[in-house]
Amino acid sequence: MPSNKYVSDSTIIQFVNCKILREHKLQRDDLWVREGKILDPEKLFFDEKRSADQRVDCKGLIIAPGFIDVQINGGYGIDFSQATNDVRGGVALVAKKILEHGVTSFLPTLVTSPPNIYHKVLPEVKVHSGGMEGAGVLGFHLEGPFISLEKKGAHPEQYLRSFLSDGISDLIETYGTLDNVAMVTLAPELANSHTVVRELTGRGITVSLGHSVANLSQAEEAVQCGASFITHLFNAMLPFHHRDPGIVGLLTSDQVPHGRTVFYGMIADGIHTNPAALRIAHRAHPSGLVLVTDAIGAMGLPPGRHTLGQQVIEIQGLHAYVAGTKTLCGSIATMDMCVRHFKQASGCSVEEALEAASLHPAQLLGISHAKGMLDYGGDADFVLLDDALNVRATYIAGQEVWRK
Amino acid sequence: MRLVILEDYNLSCEWAAKYIRNRIIQFKPSAGRFFTLGLPTGSTPFGCYKKLIEYHKNGDLSFKYVKTFNMDEYVGLPRDHPESYHSYMWNNFFKHIDIDPANVHILDGNVTDLEAECAAFEKEIAQAGGIDLFVGGIGPDGHIAFNEPGSSLVSRTRVKTLAKDTIIANARFFGNDLAKVPTMALTVGVGTVMDAREVMILITGAHKAFALYKAIEEGVNHMWTVSAFQQHPRTIFVCDEDATLELRVKTVKYFKGLMHVHNQLVDPVLSVKEQ
Repeated sequence: MPSNKYVSDSTIIQFVNCKILREHKLQRDDLWVREGKILDPEKLFFDEKRSADQRVDCKGLIIAPGFIDVQINGGYGIDFSQATNDVRGGVALVAKKILEHGVTSFLPTLVTSPPNIYHKVLPEVKVHSGGMEGAGVLGFHLEGPFISLEKKGAHPEQYLRSFLSDGISDLIETYGTLDNVAMVTLAPELANSHTVVRELTGRGITVSLGHSVANLSQAEEAVQCGASFITHLFNAMLPFHHRDPGIVGLLTSDQVPHGRTVFYGMIADGIHTNPAALRIAHRAHPSGLVLVTDAIGAMGLPPGRHTLGQQVIEIQGLHAYVAGTKTLCGSIATMDMCVRHFKQASGCSVEEALEAASLHPAQLLGISHAKGMLDYGGDADFVLLDDALNVRATYIAGQEVWRK
Repeated sequence: MRLVILEDYNLSCEWAAKYIRNRIIQFKPSAGRFFTLGLPTGSTPFGCYKKLIEYHKNGDLSFKYVKTFNMDEYVGLPRDHPESYHSYMWNNFFKHIDIDPANVHILDGNVTDLEAECAAFEKEIAQAGGIDLFVGGIGPDGHIAFNEPGSSLVSRTRVKTLAKDTIIANARFFGNDLAKVPTMALTVGVGTVMDAREVMILITGAHKAFALYKAIEEGVNHMWTVSAFQQHPRTIFVCDEDATLELRVKTVKYFKGLMHVHNQLVDPVLSVKEQ
């Protein structure tokens, strides 16, 4: 029936008595949801002449967009880089558990692995929306193997690769497929990297610089070719030097093409980055800061030895080391812990802390029209928090998927 | 008329809100018998709306069986523009109360046939049984709604081109850019408001003082259209001290002397909780 008015019978839910993060400010306003999207109540009132079917009293809690983790290697005993019999089940388990941390979308991350691992794992998980079963998968983050030997960190040396032919063939040969891949971390100083960066960016895949000994010019060239992210800033790259700031210099580079932003991941677990370094980065480039957990399979597990990729790691308190060394191999912090720690260490506002885990990753991935914001028409993925930023409830597509 | 003079803006808003509250509750509106309210926009009624929302949130007042008819709306301004009267009413009133959206009537300044829209509006008022209480304001040029100087005192809902004074007065809502202010509006006529069973005009601030003087101390004149209400059987003017600055001392003293009578209309203030 042709009509210039949108008519629907779906339930309209009005979240009242809350503070919502909108337009960079926490505002006392109601949040309206219908059919999994954020609804414009004024349009509803005047166009459809309808009011809410259900009211949810949020008792003064904060409503923020759901958190998006773009670097998470596993958790709860699951290691995404292991080709088990049930890759899909493993991803699903983590997806379900991270709802408790306020994460509504994530990029399951694979560290440097042999081709057979990628060929086995990648086809098993497709991009899909979240819901009661768990957070949504936005695609894989492939961290390696095209990285620098000197900055391999916890990645297994024997599986590092470089771009031997035109670059693309190397990618396909290594990964098997680029379908359902949202991000690739590579070292831009590798030969032939420019074509690779351009090709990946052209396919809508975010290119991140990391595990690299690139100098600032090499990093800037990569950004000009389309790279837009830095994998865990400060870690696995040359330290800032005042005559060659290296990748860190991208935060204040004047060579970034106009209209584009270079985002950078920060593991704000209090261990991977000294709070003073966190503050320097934040103050230099606050709008680019993206909180990531870089959580490993041991996140959520008790202390002791566990497997990560092709290596064994050891948990001591909040630290996770390559077994027998003092090399950090990822964090076991949860996203909400990172948000709280970031706020406390940087002294930033509540809004900034929340946006670093939601808006900024959404902007990085180019999905901020749908996620990372509570704007009308966007996906109703959000999290209810108290003033201390503890997660009380998580919602995906307007449906409560976890409650404390 | 009743001229109710309160000391300042806040007190006059509160008096007006209490009056509206009492009128609605006394009426005992129900599913078969709605209370019809005519409503204004602008800075003057802002405080009154705030008070009404407060009464609603306290559980003392419900708008479930109230029908509203707004006075006017700009022509050609997108409905979701922050300065449209739809936006004003949503943000400052409707979104905070329990009114049924089907009972809200605001002229649509974006239809193709503006005259048909105006005729339909008059019809909707008639179908609702007429207006029980029409609340309005006054412009610096003495206009009611957008019935600019020279408007017929028996006019009905129609399209009006705004006077220069009005455009200047409204420029502050459009970044002080005269070019951005709409030049036409749909408005209820003087006659339309005169048809209401009761009329309440809110007038606050020294800049409205001359208009108030012209409206109540001079003759009925189409150059000061609010003066038409001198011929309405039940009109209340609610104002603050500043708005009385151009009146004769005798007028002000007389009506101030009647405040004990006027206050019986708002004291005691009624509540739906007691019903």
